[in-house]
Amino acid sequence: MSAVIRLKAAPRPSKFDFEQQLRRHGMDLPPLAVDTLQVNITKLCNQVCRHCHVDASPSRTEMLSPEGVAKCLEILERHPRIRTLDLTGGAPELHPQFDAFVERAVALGKHVMVRHNLTVQLDGHPVTKQGKQYLPQFFARHRVEVVSSLPYYQAYFTDAQRGSGVFAKSMQALKRLNAEGYGIEGSGLVLNLVYNPVGPYLPAAQAELEAAYKRELKNKFGLVFNSLYTITNMPINRFRLHLEKSGQHEAYMDKLLAAFNPAAAEGVMCRSLVSVGHDGRLYDCDFNQMLAMDAVDARGKALSIFDFDFDKVLGRPIRFGEHCLGCTAGAGSSCGGATA
Amino acid sequence: MSHYYESEDLKKFGDIGQHAKALADDFFKYYGNVTGADGALTKREKALIALAVSHAQKCPYCIDAYTTQCLETGANPEQMMEAVHVAAVMQAGITLVHSVQMQNHLKKLVL
Repeated sequence: MSAVIRLKAAPRPSKFDFEQQLRRHGMDLPPLAVDTLQVNITKLCNQVCRHCHVDASPSRTEMLSPEGVAKCLEILERHPRIRTLDLTGGAPELHPQFDAFVERAVALGKHVMVRHNLTVQLDGHPVTKQGKQYLPQFFARHRVEVVSSLPYYQAYFTDAQRGSGVFAKSMQALKRLNAEGYGIEGSGLVLNLVYNPVGPYLPAAQAELEAAYKRELKNKFGLVFNSLYTITNMPINRFRLHLEKSGQHEAYMDKLLAAFNPAAAEGVMCRSLVSVGHDGRLYDCDFNQMLAMDAVDARGKALSIFDFDFDKVLGRPIRFGEHCLGCTAGAGSSCGGATA
Repeated sequence: MSHYYESEDLKKFGDIGQHAKALADDFFKYYGNVTGADGALTKREKALIALAVSHAQKCPYCIDAYTTQCLETGANPEQMMEAVHVAAVMQAGITLVHSVQMQNHLKKLVL
């Protein structure tokens, strides 16, 4: 874990150079806080979504080790300024220590968020076939905040992106969450949904889309939720491959570049969280993690949970790439939705 | 060999200001003011109207641009297709209502 990141020879300047965009706008984006530890505990997933930046699927095997889980809990315990544990994947519930990880983080007084894909409740574990129907009750018992992807309030877009039949299953899973009190006013059990476009275009305005989701899901399915987060598709991995194969990559990058919004850039999530990979390495965000762009300290040394130093993490220079234009386009994009 | 209606040409729309720039500037300002923000109509409603007009006027550039704009303002395929049906039914109605003129003239001609 002591590898120093080697800088490659300066590449040819790209018109999509994110740091040049920042300089053009006289901006610098250092970290402001480390209030969230976002842990990608497994790339295993019961779904194979066409836009997935993790390239997650039932055939992935990467898992955070028991030592890694213990180390994350130790970091959470030692650093009260890290108030939130954000568990993601893959489907994080498929990690063998998922339940224990949540229980212990909650016992430490941390706010726990789970990026829950809904269908895993009904599909269960794709390899062991272990059932996951208990999840709504488990989440409610530990007052976990549930954040779930639902690309649209209709089947057409949702199934196109996440697989045939996913929309119908998602409606069933949401019903089960509502039955436990999730999304119900006054329950304190938070259920947020995530919209992302089903192709190379930018999300609609978050507030307007949230109103449409609430109206349609209530009227057609009797379902409720708290907030809708709009997220832009990142031009990396599986989605980038689709863009390249369909000849749309440059046009999409042009769109992101043209929509660069300094106000959105100010609120990018890498300024307040740090991302943990399945091997314990630290990253500025889940996207950098999937591109193997380690977070580094001021001297260029890769950071890890196994020699975690809060001040070094807070003082690190955030590493940017072309894909960061996805977080700064239009109203911005983050794990918490629009940033501007 | 070049072709009419190359999709790449849509990017050159802004270049119409190469000549008579002041007029192009006026047009783009007006265009932006009308379509670029919510007014008495939302951006989504305006995008659906523009999509319908794009079909009625058979403009492939506009169809591409406003299909995307409809999605980026939160419209769904049912709403978009209904907008195209509005354009289609208006065109059919416009054709049919002219048959009144035909009938008027028919009455004049028939003994």
